[in-house]
Amino acid sequence: MSVIKVQGLSKSFGALKAVDQLSFEVEAGQVYGFLGQNGSGKSTTIRMLLSLIHPTQGHIEIFGQSLTNHRSVILEQIGAVIERPDSYPYLTAQEHLTLFAKLRKQKITAAKIEATLAQVGLLSRANDKVQTYSLGMKQRLGIGIALLHDPQLIILDEPTNGLDPQGIADIRQLIKSLSKDQGKTVLVSSHLLSEIEQIASHILIIHQGKKMAEGPTSSLLDPNKTIVQIKTLDDADAKQKLMASAYRSNVLDRTEGIYLTIPKLEIPALNAFLVASNINLVSLEAKNSLEDYFLQLTSTF
Amino acid sequence: MWPIIQIELFKIYKRPRTYIAFGAIAALILVIQMGLKIDGEAYAAFLMKDINDTLTVDGKVLNGYLICYILLQLLLVHVPLLVALIAADMLSGEANLGTLRLLFTTPYSRTQWVLAKFVAASLYTILLLIWLAFLALFLSMWIFGTDDLFLMKSNYVVLIQEQDVFWRYLGAFVFASFSLLTVAALGFLMSSLANNSIGPIVATISAIVFFTILSTLNIPLFNVVKPYLFTTHMNNWKEFFDIQVNESNDAITGSILNVAKIKNSIIILAIHIGLFVGASVWIMKKKDILS
Repeated sequence: MSVIKVQGLSKSFGALKAVDQLSFEVEAGQVYGFLGQNGSGKSTTIRMLLSLIHPTQGHIEIFGQSLTNHRSVILEQIGAVIERPDSYPYLTAQEHLTLFAKLRKQKITAAKIEATLAQVGLLSRANDKVQTYSLGMKQRLGIGIALLHDPQLIILDEPTNGLDPQGIADIRQLIKSLSKDQGKTVLVSSHLLSEIEQIASHILIIHQGKKMAEGPTSSLLDPNKTIVQIKTLDDADAKQKLMASAYRSNVLDRTEGIYLTIPKLEIPALNAFLVASNINLVSLEAKNSLEDYFLQLTSTF
Repeated sequence: MWPIIQIELFKIYKRPRTYIAFGAIAALILVIQMGLKIDGEAYAAFLMKDINDTLTVDGKVLNGYLICYILLQLLLVHVPLLVALIAADMLSGEANLGTLRLLFTTPYSRTQWVLAKFVAASLYTILLLIWLAFLALFLSMWIFGTDDLFLMKSNYVVLIQEQDVFWRYLGAFVFASFSLLTVAALGFLMSSLANNSIGPIVATISAIVFFTILSTLNIPLFNVVKPYLFTTHMNNWKEFFDIQVNESNDAITGSILNVAKIKNSIIILAIHIGLFVGASVWIMKKKDILS
């Protein structure tokens, strides 16, 4: 079952197209990595998922319901940290959680608040004002607020920003545990490939507002499913021939360039096919790691 | 909507800035009361120097009621600035902190949040007014005692009997709450347009100063718009202290000279409050939260 279903989502700010015809689906229980450079449109997309930004075009369904028509019901089941930790400097962590507990339909007990504070490692500083916290502590408080009401969907935008290595490892472990032990669906964005690579079961790569690639992390990283980039003198013709061939299912859904996912051992056969099909091949390049792949995708523009 | 109003009130209660206005009002009133207690007779003599030859006034002119009137005249010009400090920060301050994102991703709608914030700002404003009333009226009554209220208007004097004064102050404070809520609503509107605190506070204060000048200037061009400006009506609490007289020129106890003027002013102020808050809701509903 799709927890998030996004179709043809676009957002323009004047002449700038921040998100361009983005479509993707997140299944229940997945840790879905949203990967892109700074300014690629990740945060704008996440804000649209949380109804903070009005889409210019497109449709968002969460838990099978339209976000436009069922905003309150949907947001009741979402916990989110957006871009940077937001909190009131004159309140304590305990007061933050107590206040946000009041905003939920379900009764959140004092014990649950204490457990959440312990979960994010703030129990010992629960009664200190947030203005005395480090950036990492504020980030953990933000995550605590997001998890307090036990949401089904957790959206974390750059959750490890400002955290020390131990903090990063803790958050990574927390995200894994939320999905594995509690069956939560997590959408996590980052510009750090290494982060996403370690926690996400699926990845979507976004660049300049457009989807570059999407698929299971194992598939994107699997050496037996190597990403191959083909450069030809006539890409349109080459793509047409590939789509009409047995390689149709291997061609990645991308608006620019030609990329295929195939086992490494089948690359010579692909090469032979391209030659036999009179495709004027310029280069055929295998990408072995996600990082190479990501950099290749995002540097072509 | 009660939970989010509670949250907004709690945040106002915990924020240090909240107490600046209460402290400023207390300091101003106590200083003026102390000055008048020490040197009040000389001040009263100065006020009455022009009529001493034609009128003999018995009793205690400088009593708690007159002190309160003097204080209100002085403070009801400045209190709007203190109200603007909080009201103009309600939305923009949260945008600046980034916490608006936290609030707007809860199951409550933006309209509910904006209205809850306005209710909280209004309660703060009314509390400020109650504080002002306590210090300016009740403390003055306690320090200076009570007697008939003797007021000198521009070309006539008003004498209101002691037992006929207190309810007029209650009316004046209720009226003043409309004036200050208009300021709060204006600050709120400015707040919905910005993502930082300083801009809306300065803009609100500037707007009040600008429209007050327009309301005060007696230029035919401005006279057309004057009746519709909120600043024209904000000081009409004074109408509670203009009393009707009978054919013998004796004051009619319990009367107000121009009730229609008070009603008209309240209607104009209420329309302004509605328009400012309505515009704030509309702006916030349309706004993309980018900060």
